[in-house]
Amino acid sequence: MTKLTLTLEGDTHILATRRFKASPKAVYRAHTETELIQKWLLGPEGWIMPVCINDPRPGGKFRYEWTDGQGGELALTGEFVTLEPFSRIVHIERFHMPDVTPDNRVETRFEADGAGTLMTMRMTLPDAATREAMLAVGMEEGMEASYARLDAMPG
Amino acid sequence: MNRLDAAFSALADPTRRAILARLALGETTVMELARPFEMTQPAVSRHLKVLEEAGLITRRIEGTKRPCRLAPGALEEIDKWLAMLRRALEANYDRLDQLLAEMEASKEDGQT
Repeated sequence: MTKLTLTLEGDTHILATRRFKASPKAVYRAHTETELIQKWLLGPEGWIMPVCINDPRPGGKFRYEWTDGQGGELALTGEFVTLEPFSRIVHIERFHMPDVTPDNRVETRFEADGAGTLMTMRMTLPDAATREAMLAVGMEEGMEASYARLDAMPG
Repeated sequence: MNRLDAAFSALADPTRRAILARLALGETTVMELARPFEMTQPAVSRHLKVLEEAGLITRRIEGTKRPCRLAPGALEEIDKWLAMLRRALEANYDRLDQLLAEMEASKEDGQT
């Protein structure tokens, strides 16, 4: 019931859907309230989020920073465009790796699904080349994961 | 190991990642690559040399041109990307499930 689906759509979109047992109101709050975001938006195991600043209103900015405690650091900044409690959020985001990635426009919808919520997140990249470049970035991360596995292998 | 090392450092550069992204669409020449990147051909050639030594692209000789393309296998790594994004999102949403359950429980306890 909670399984994530992730698909590429057209040349520039990435679509994710996920079901939650909680109400749209609760899921929406967890996506907008700073102290809640900081508890779950952490990415891979082992990363923490020492900086979580956000101003959830149209035009409001956010800045999230993560670290793995071993020199790995990543930041995400952006602006809120639209907030419709408790059904829809539109925001723009970009990663700092530290090179800044092109703007990613993210629309997140929260719909009642029985007693729970169906969340649909649609990312829109500026053009096909950017999405392809994101794929290439993923490639780099894949190799980093490979390195980590290599490190873990007995000599 | 040396090849993985070279591939990793080759990919650390955003221009080289963008060049790879372009090559994912098909074989091309240095001249065609230089245009969208607003770079000189020698600059593009230097990046291509790094990518070639890392085993990420191959080049062939066609008259005076040396068209380049993604090396076989390079795309397999790209295909893994969605799986990695999935793992990061799944870890996030599993934590969110737990947080939502805690929020629900504290509401039932009459706490805020």
